[in-house]
Amino acid sequence: MTNADLLYSDVETDLRASVRDLLTDRCEPASLLARAESDEPYDRALWQTLAGELGAAGLAVPEELGGQGASLREVALVLEELGRSVAPVPFLGSAVLATSALLSCDTASTEVSDLLRRLASGEATGALAVPLSTMTDAAFPGDVTAAADGTLSGTVRSVADGTAADVFVVPATGPGGHGLYAVDAAAADVSAPVSFDLTRPIADVTFQGAAATRLAGPDHAPAAVSGALRTGAGLLASEQLGLAQWCLDETVEYLKGRYQFGRPVGSFQALKHRLADLWLELVGARAAARYAADTLARRDADAPVAVAVAQSYCAQTAVHAAEECIQLHGGIGMTWEHPAHLYLKRAKASQVAFGAPGRHRAVLGDLVDLPA
Amino acid sequence: MTTSEKSLDADGLRARVADVLASHDPATADRLEFLRARFDAGLAWVHFPVGLGGLDAPRELQSVVDAEFAAAGAPDNNPRRIGIGLGMAAPTILKFGSEELKKRLLRPLWTGEEVWCQLFSEPGAGSDLAALATRAVPDGGDWIVNGQKVWTSSAHTAQWAILVTRTDPDVPKHRGMTYFVLDMTQPGVEVRPLRQITGEAEFNEVFLTDVRIPDAQRLGEVGAGWQVAQTTLMNERVAIGGNAQPREGGMVGKVAETWRERPELRTPELRDRLLALWAEAEAFRLAGSRLRQQLAVGQPGPEGSGMKLAFATVAQKLASLELEILDEDALRYDDWSMRRPELVDFTGREAGYRYLRSKGNSIEGGTSEVLRNIIAERVLGLPSEPRTDKDVAWKDLPR
Ligand SMILES: Cc1cc2nc3c(=O)[nH]c(=O)nc-3n(C[C@H](O)[C@H](O)[C@H](O)COP(=O)(O)OP(=O)(O)OC[C@H]3O[C@@H](n4cnc5c(N)ncnc54)[C@H](O)[C@@H]3O)c2cc1C
Repeated sequence: MTNADLLYSDVETDLRASVRDLLTDRCEPASLLARAESDEPYDRALWQTLAGELGAAGLAVPEELGGQGASLREVALVLEELGRSVAPVPFLGSAVLATSALLSCDTASTEVSDLLRRLASGEATGALAVPLSTMTDAAFPGDVTAAADGTLSGTVRSVADGTAADVFVVPATGPGGHGLYAVDAAAADVSAPVSFDLTRPIADVTFQGAAATRLAGPDHAPAAVSGALRTGAGLLASEQLGLAQWCLDETVEYLKGRYQFGRPVGSFQALKHRLADLWLELVGARAAARYAADTLARRDADAPVAVAVAQSYCAQTAVHAAEECIQLHGGIGMTWEHPAHLYLKRAKASQVAFGAPGRHRAVLGDLVDLPA
Repeated sequence: MTTSEKSLDADGLRARVADVLASHDPATADRLEFLRARFDAGLAWVHFPVGLGGLDAPRELQSVVDAEFAAAGAPDNNPRRIGIGLGMAAPTILKFGSEELKKRLLRPLWTGEEVWCQLFSEPGAGSDLAALATRAVPDGGDWIVNGQKVWTSSAHTAQWAILVTRTDPDVPKHRGMTYFVLDMTQPGVEVRPLRQITGEAEFNEVFLTDVRIPDAQRLGEVGAGWQVAQTTLMNERVAIGGNAQPREGGMVGKVAETWRERPELRTPELRDRLLALWAEAEAFRLAGSRLRQQLAVGQPGPEGSGMKLAFATVAQKLASLELEILDEDALRYDDWSMRRPELVDFTGREAGYRYLRSKGNSIEGGTSEVLRNIIAERVLGLPSEPRTDKDVAWKDLPR
């Protein structure tokens, strides 16, 4: 706990600058809105640049497995920037969830290492076939069963980034117990329900005797799934932080320039105090998010506490920031045209992702000896 | 190797601590003698100058020194008893005091031989400190001071005070103030206890009647009292919200302890609220660590302005929750009798006291409203409210 590094290193700051430059160029609010209602909700060109050219998809993957050999701290930083622009790229599903699950399997096996290589290079996009709302301490998912011939059947609802996936990493249980499998998207039936979050749509995925490759058996699969969920939850805090920062910055700028009653609305103390409180929440959220990223990166024993604290705190901060952003913009904040709603929708959906804050608090209570 | 050749890194400092311990056995040495020797070895506050209790060493190394002395069972200077001296008076004296004043005042301040208090607030000047009315008029080489101060913590134990006065009523308020150190034993200084909501009187009213202060006890220029006071106030907020804490340090630890000891009082709703506050307290504890890491690499962030505000809010919510958890026990209070405590302990006594005392956390050292103004204007850059008092002579202000 004492040796956690809560700052941003120079390398991380450089990485932030290049991701932000790319997103400023290629992910402005108007195009986000147009895309949200189109048949192509993901920006595949942007994802290719981010994953392939910038190497963001394989940041935490070791170099010998085709990645960048950086750490989850850098992944968290990319998420901060993606949250700041609610970028419609399948980073969470592929580079965080599917990749984390694979990294916990036996990477000496060619099935695992080949798939990791494809995901890390951006050549393929993955998704972890679990509902996005799955809590970090949930039992092994039971939606999909594996038959004796190794094919999979079952339906998984609300899979994050599922419509963008080329391959699903699927927890399934069969005669040999729990396992983790890879299924080509072509072998699955993927549908897109109407998603509350417009910039990270969900998918319902059905497997009907789908051909699958086994990646891990009962030794590794449960830990791979719970580890991926915990990593996802811990790093999502950084995305929530970035989202909240955008909402705060945007609102402060707007209120400096918006005049009513002969003065900038931002000079009214009632609003200044609300924004000061929000800023302070972000100070706490930043520390909690960095701590979660750092402990996950170092596989520190305190990581479960750090993740529970981060999800308990940062999920609320993001929703609060997005709600204040709407309210303090007045009527314009309520329009479809203004991007604030994209942030509110992402914030609210992310609050439920990996379990709502109250569930994380229950887990935290068990971890820190505050029993029910 | 002589002491002066020892390096200013952790090892060098440990060697200096060993020297002090070798010449003054903590088990047998007189407490004050020991503290004076520590001061003279430059191990009081290592970032202070040589000769004034320090070594011009990096501030972060202080924790190394403190840990070494604590491990040896050495007496400390009971920092909670002399918080105003250590946290506010000392940095201000260091920055603005003459060499003579620094030599005379800092050593007994640090050892605790002389307690300090802060004579800033007045009945008509709290948040708006610059409105203060206590007059100081020159008289030969001295100043004659008349006025009333209020809410003065520790005035009843203090030997010295930091004092801000009005020296020019004809200019706008921020320009007409002058800052002094005052010997509280001077004739004309009268301290009366002010009882507070906890029953005790940790603060006082202080009446100053024709009190004589030598000009040599002035800090900063005549008329520059506001700038000097800013140094004090900045340090005050750091002192209240910014110190390193272990996990569950402070109020959250008290409530967690109650929770663990009283299983029969637990409900799911109370547990969720407790854990939400636990997480919030932990987030701000980490934010404090982050702030110190930023300072250590020379990149101070604006986070500092928020730490005292966060501390007050979280402490109040926790103390309030603890009473709800305690159920019937919350109907009792330990003791309302009027006392004048020597030291203030935010997390001391029982839950009822802690709840009531925490109410002061959002008032003392700058109210939470004032801190929000500061964050909104200086950190977020939001425009200030229209002001009517900036260019008016102090004597013409509405009051
Ligand atoms: C326990 C305790 C110990 C103290 N110890 C000391 C001490 O040792 N020495 C010392 O000098 N002082 C001390 N104080 C005094 C403290 O600094 C003042 O009480 C504080 O600055 C507020 O001033 P006030 O009491 O005059 O309230 P006021 O300034 O009159 O404030 C009244 C209310 O108005 C609000 N308010 C005022 N101005 C604004 C504004 N611009 N915008 C929005 N809201 C505003 C305040 O936040 C408050 O809620 C102590 C106070 C307490 C409670």
